[in-house]
Amino acid sequence: MPRTFHPGVIKALPLVLPTVALGGAFGVVATPLMGPVAPIVMSCLVFAGSAQFAAFGVLTAGGGVMAATIAGALTNLRFLITGFAIAPSLKGGRIQRAVEGQTVVDPSFALAGRGDGAFDRGVLLWSTLVQYVSWVVGTLAGVILAGANPDPEAYGLDVIMPAFFTALLVAELRIHRGLGALVAALAAACAAVSALVLAPGAPVAVASLACLVGLSRRTGP
Amino acid sequence: MQGIDLWVLIAMLTLATVVIKGAGPFLLGDRDIPARLRPAEVLLPTALMTALITVALIRVGADGAIRIDSAQCVGVLAATMALLLRAPLVLSLALAVVATATVRALI
Repeated sequence: MPRTFHPGVIKALPLVLPTVALGGAFGVVATPLMGPVAPIVMSCLVFAGSAQFAAFGVLTAGGGVMAATIAGALTNLRFLITGFAIAPSLKGGRIQRAVEGQTVVDPSFALAGRGDGAFDRGVLLWSTLVQYVSWVVGTLAGVILAGANPDPEAYGLDVIMPAFFTALLVAELRIHRGLGALVAALAAACAAVSALVLAPGAPVAVASLACLVGLSRRTGP
Repeated sequence: MQGIDLWVLIAMLTLATVVIKGAGPFLLGDRDIPARLRPAEVLLPTALMTALITVALIRVGADGAIRIDSAQCVGVLAATMALLLRAPLVLSLALAVVATATVRALI
């Protein structure tokens, strides 16, 4: 690859700053409770921001290890669904595909989507690599800055993530139009209502199922 | 929380994540997902992105009530308008940040 970056790297660049900021936020809040090493190890191994925050939230609320694990796992439950969706676009046997499947994170899943149900494996792997480095470096910075107590929210940096997801959503809606708008409205309603009754994280998995509306559409032979 | 419990949590959450992410690719292998599920699959990113945006914009308080992060809503709205007008991605994100920070400074 001579002197050019993979499209997956380029596509993931707008997320470097917010991911570093989010990883930093995790490092800052986690360090007083977990010490300096554990948050970094957790970010390296678990590599799932919302799940880490969910598990940490249970710990700060006085919950035990089991409850914290369940909260984190529930938050990651959406990856069970995305795993089945992306599987045919991966390479190799079952084991290699299961390993490659570990690279799915929310932005890379959407960035790799081609709009027709197929996914670009290169974009998935490269954009996740950018996410991974940003997440771990951010956590490290957060652990270092934990004493200084910086506040990324004051600068509005926390909006970049939902705004980026909005950009991906707008691109999807340009493809799927009416049915896409219906699915989006249903998913938003499901997420908001289930947020009232379900543990944090679970609403995203439930709302993802709004895509099943697509089954009502008549398909070709 | 210190000591062994913390490392048990990290180990269990790592294992759970590996199993959750690996299940689909492991079970499907080199088979395709059933053709009749494909119309749902193409709409999965739409549903997932909407769900993630929604939960980012709301907070469920300790009292069980939903609170809306109005500053972030203004930011996302600014980005949405810019995107619909075909503004570049980075400009749209910058507008969202400025709008959100401005609302937070004013409130």
